[in-house]
This record gives sequence, C-alpha cells and structure tokens, in this order.
Amino acid sequence: MTRSRDAALPPFEEIVAEHGLVVLRVCRALLGPADAADAWSETFLSALEAYPKLRPESSIRAWLVTIAHRKAIDQRRGAARRPQPLGDLPEIPAIDPASGGESSIDDDLRAALDALPAKQRGAVIYRYLADLSYAEVGELLESSATAARRSAADGIANLRKHFSKGART
Amino acid sequence: MRDKQIVDRLTSSFAGAGVDSDGALHSRLAALAERQGLLDVSYRTVDSPLGLLLLAATGEGLVRVAFSCEGHDAVLARLASDISPRILRNPRRLDDAAHQLDEYFAGNRRAFSVPIDLQLAHGFRRSVLEHLRRIPYGVTQSYATVARATGNPSAVRAAASACSHNPLPLVVPCHRVVRSDGTTGEYLGGPQAKRALLAMESAA
Repeated sequence: MTRSRDAALPPFEEIVAEHGLVVLRVCRALLGPADAADAWSETFLSALEAYPKLRPESSIRAWLVTIAHRKAIDQRRGAARRPQPLGDLPEIPAIDPASGGESSIDDDLRAALDALPAKQRGAVIYRYLADLSYAEVGELLESSATAARRSAADGIANLRKHFSKGART
Repeated sequence: MRDKQIVDRLTSSFAGAGVDSDGALHSRLAALAERQGLLDVSYRTVDSPLGLLLLAATGEGLVRVAFSCEGHDAVLARLASDISPRILRNPRRLDDAAHQLDEYFAGNRRAFSVPIDLQLAHGFRRSVLEHLRRIPYGVTQSYATVARATGNPSAVRAAASACSHNPLPLVVPCHRVVRSDGTTGEYLGGPQAKRALLAMESAA
C-alpha cells in the first residue's frame, strides 16, 4: 500500500471523469477507433501508475495528452510492448470497436487530417481537440510556442482549402 | 468553410463515448488497473433502506462504508489522502459486500463474511472495533461494557468515540452499542438509522 505524500491529490476517478473524453478525442484523432480504445486504456493505466508522484501544480490535461501522444507513437510504430495482451484477458470486457463512440467518423475529415504534414496535424489535434496552450503544444512537438502557433494555423488553413475544394465538386 | 466550423467538425467527428463511470472503457480500465496491481482503492455505491451507501475496498478487504449524510465525495477525498489517490469506481470488486448488505437488510443475513481492512482505525479504537465484531446480531452492549471488554474500564468516552468513528458501520456493528440508560447514542448515519437497525434486528 502506498501512502500518498501529497494530500491534495483528488481520487483518480475524478481525473478520468474530468479528462476522459478529451483524451479519447485525442486518441481517436491520432489512431483508428479500435487502436484508440487501447491507447485510451494504456494512457490512463500509465497515468494511474505515476499519479501519486504527480506534482500538484502540473497541468493534468497536458500531462495526460503527453502520455497519449507517446502511446500513439508506440502504437503506430507497432512497438508497444504490452505487459499482457489487452484484448485476451478473460474477465476483462473487450471493447467493441464500434463503441468508443463511433459517431460515424467522417472519412473525408480523417483523410484530410492524415494528409497534413506531421507537425501541422499534431498542432491541430493538440491545440484544438485537446485545448492545450501553444507553449504546451510546442513542447509536445519539440518546437517553440511560435512554431506551434504557425503549424496550427497552417493546418487549419490546409483543411479549409481541402473542404472548399470539396464543396465545389 | 470558416475556421470555427472546421474546429467544430473536428471536435464532433472525433468525439467518443464510454468513459463515464458506467461505460465500457471505464469498466475495462478499472479491471485492467486491478489486474496490474495499480488500483489501491475500489469503490461503488449501493442502495439501502438507510439511503445510498458508499463501499470502498483495498486489496485486503472492505475498508470503508459510508452513509450519504457523510458526503461520499468528501469520504473519497479522505481515502485519497489517508490511503492512496489511486482510486477508481470498480463495482465488481465490491459485488460480494453489496450482496451481503442486501441480504442483511432483507433479514436474511446475521453476520458478514467479507474480508475487512481496519487500517483506518488505530490503537484503542481498533481494539474496540475488534471487540464490536464479536457482538452478535440482535444483541446490544453498553459503552461501559465495551470499554471493560477492551481492558480499559475507565475509557467509556473513548469507547463511544471509537464507535462513532467506525470506518465500517453495519459490517462492524457499532449500532449494537448503546448508552447505559438505554438511549441509543450517537451514530455516523444519524440516531434514526441506528434506531431502525436495532428495531430490525430485535424483530428478526
């Protein structure tokens, strides 16, 4: 049993309740729906493990999105070394890929987002779907706040271009 | 298309569900966390004739039962600081306890057999709780008797205080301890709840 050194940390349940949807949205934008469900679980498992040592002044959303960002990179590389295969545990309900809230992901939007250069795609997702500050986005993408702001603006401009083209056809 | 429309379309398109505490993703997270030894406290709520009860368990056993008048959020916040903030709603872990409480309130159970964890009570208070566990269903004792049985006859007030701070009411039956003059005395769930329990047990 670990005794918390910091009495100010709320029960982890509150972290999931408050940030679960944002993290899921980020995972779904970064990965396909089935992988997104796994990345969501792995993000919160890693967060739960590290949680008692979290500094109280940390931005919890930025912390969670950073973990999700790394999980997504791992999964895309196929390098995720899982301690146990997530889907095969008998007592653990498997996730129907259609759950995880399949509100008909817009294939067109998905394709347009995936076609963006990596920095622009990351900046759009972390700025607009995760609502991180440009400084936080810059840190995640290993660039500056200014560069992150520019990437996000360029990304949105490219999406806009894509859709206005599509609207004419 | 304007920027705001693009952002709205992104937001709604990638929105997901299942993360609320009854959702599939949440249940799976709690199960995996427990399996990997990352979950220090599981909890759930259960309906009862005395209102909604909060049940919390560590790996060792049931660690807290709380009435709604105690404020379940406040109780969980205390568990986070007293035990660990690694706390998730995880109803399955507490199925047995919930089931036994149902049976108790239905008049079909006289003693609880779920493992318990008394880590929230220390020293004298803990000895009092150990004694309370041996008071049978339908029987009452006075605070003075409890103090004497715990080897501390003059500690009547401390025995009363141990009862009113019992982290496991119902399961550790502090409601069976009453004042020497026969009045019910204090109770975490309120005096009315205590009277109702005593009436239920003496009628059975």
